[in-house]
Amino acid sequence: MERPLTQHIREDRRPLSLKEYETVGGYQSLRKMLTMTPKEVQKLVQESNLRGRGGAGFSTGLKWSFVPLDAPKPKYLITNADEMEPGTFKDRILLESTPHQLIEGMIIAAYAIQADISYVYLRWAYKTAAQAILTAIDEAEGAGYLGKNILGSGYDLQMHLHTGVGRYMCGEETALLNSLEGKRATPRAKPPFPQISGLFGKPTIVNNVETLCCLPHIINNGAEWFKKLSLTGDAGTKIYGVSGKVKKPGAWELPMGVTLRELIEEHAGGMQDGLKFRGALPGGASTDFLVEEHLDVKMDYTSVAAAGSRLGTGTIVVMDDKTCPVGFVKNLEHFFAQESCGFCTPCREGIPWVEKILISIENGEGRPEDMDLLEFHTKYLGPGNTFCAFAPGAMEPLQSALKYFRNDFEKHIREKNCSYNRVKEMING
Amino acid sequence: MLTQEEKHEIEHAIELVPYKKAASVEALKIVQEHRRWVSDESLRDVAKLLDMSPEELDSVATFYNLIFRKEVGKHVILVCDSISCWVMGYENLRDELFNRLGIKYGETTADGQFTVLPNCCLGTCDCAPALMIDNDLYRNVTIAQLDEILLKYRNGNR
Repeated sequence: MERPLTQHIREDRRPLSLKEYETVGGYQSLRKMLTMTPKEVQKLVQESNLRGRGGAGFSTGLKWSFVPLDAPKPKYLITNADEMEPGTFKDRILLESTPHQLIEGMIIAAYAIQADISYVYLRWAYKTAAQAILTAIDEAEGAGYLGKNILGSGYDLQMHLHTGVGRYMCGEETALLNSLEGKRATPRAKPPFPQISGLFGKPTIVNNVETLCCLPHIINNGAEWFKKLSLTGDAGTKIYGVSGKVKKPGAWELPMGVTLRELIEEHAGGMQDGLKFRGALPGGASTDFLVEEHLDVKMDYTSVAAAGSRLGTGTIVVMDDKTCPVGFVKNLEHFFAQESCGFCTPCREGIPWVEKILISIENGEGRPEDMDLLEFHTKYLGPGNTFCAFAPGAMEPLQSALKYFRNDFEKHIREKNCSYNRVKEMING
Repeated sequence: MLTQEEKHEIEHAIELVPYKKAASVEALKIVQEHRRWVSDESLRDVAKLLDMSPEELDSVATFYNLIFRKEVGKHVILVCDSISCWVMGYENLRDELFNRLGIKYGETTADGQFTVLPNCCLGTCDCAPALMIDNDLYRNVTIAQLDEILLKYRNGNR
């Protein structure tokens, strides 16, 4: 089984130096790419069927194609390394261990849209990654892979690292742009799309870390090879992760389209002794629950969507049968209530309301009509009613919990307590 | 008053962006790096350098949870409170931490050594529960390890 993105990652995850990366074929794809035109690179990536690994799953090549290639400079390429989706820890591995793979991918993406300035927008918490990236940028500049006239091609690209100062919202691409401009990280209206008017009003592409790390391999091996890595119609490999009460939590690069069952039972070693699988968020906090009937769903964009959820980041949070679903969703909605940027009213006011209802249900103070209130919010904060996708994302785990774990909610309200074995005074925390 | 060093660093940050205001987050980070937090006085000084009103700069500063607008202790402990850590029972760890330090979220120990704050997902969910102290990440943290971890930072050890 091929694992192009993670094959060279060491057991201790120490980053590959430039020399080590070159020894295993690093920067060969860059040489090859510089013989192609930007349009040819875009076409190849579009043919490879690479879809954005940050969660939205949009075609990467298609996204690039909206950048006007003849627009005056500057143009920007930005890596979204603000990995803050709760339950997600996949980009951290790539950032810490193979910074040159990311840089090579960034140069390819930047060339494809003829950007001359690039940024890595890195979340604050990833200190080891920050050091690895800074060192790698220095090394790449020293070797002529970055800067003026890259490898004598006439193409110029600067690269900078920006480390954030918190807030989940910074991962939303237009909020990320505002943050890079030194503003509050609130989302922007689209259109204009960032491809036309992005950072400082210039054409800009924002791509996820894992997406960019696929690019050197697509250039080296071709679109057909990339498609064949997958078990399904959605191309490539995927870095999947599992957390929660399983025997061996972790992350693994696997062919796109392995089943949820295989991930949990084989790679994560199954549930901890004495616990049963109850449900899982397939791709972070803002995805709908999958439950037992979905264990054989193939974990790709298309199949997970058909099962009523989203692949999202592909990092799975497992819920066991001794964990309270109401408490679980309450934790998620606390996160969303806190991280709402406050820019639009339904999100700013609605999610804290949802959290309060969940706290009261969990504390045995819920009323039967609270079920209707929760249902109302899943619609009222759903797609089309808020400025960005934040609130609809926050409603995904809630709406599916109300569907699959309805009895638990009703039992809390009926019996006026939470019957799960957790210490009560901790619940408000 | 900002020091020469702080001013110098902020001016360098300004050079890297198209206009002064765009360096606001960087400038706040610089001040915090030197002083651990951003006081009203520092905020006014930075605003002047960036040709912004203090109010406008404060609207940026208060948006980001890791720019501290209140004084914090020598070491800041961030406890991950997101879903994977919750499933793994981080609340027990948090409560023990509160007990040992005699403080709660948002408070600083009387000796000025530690401030403890909640933080959302630290991105190490396969090793939950997790916390960070300053720049150091601790994974799979148990209550039994707490004293040993805290000792590393006590009495100027770090």
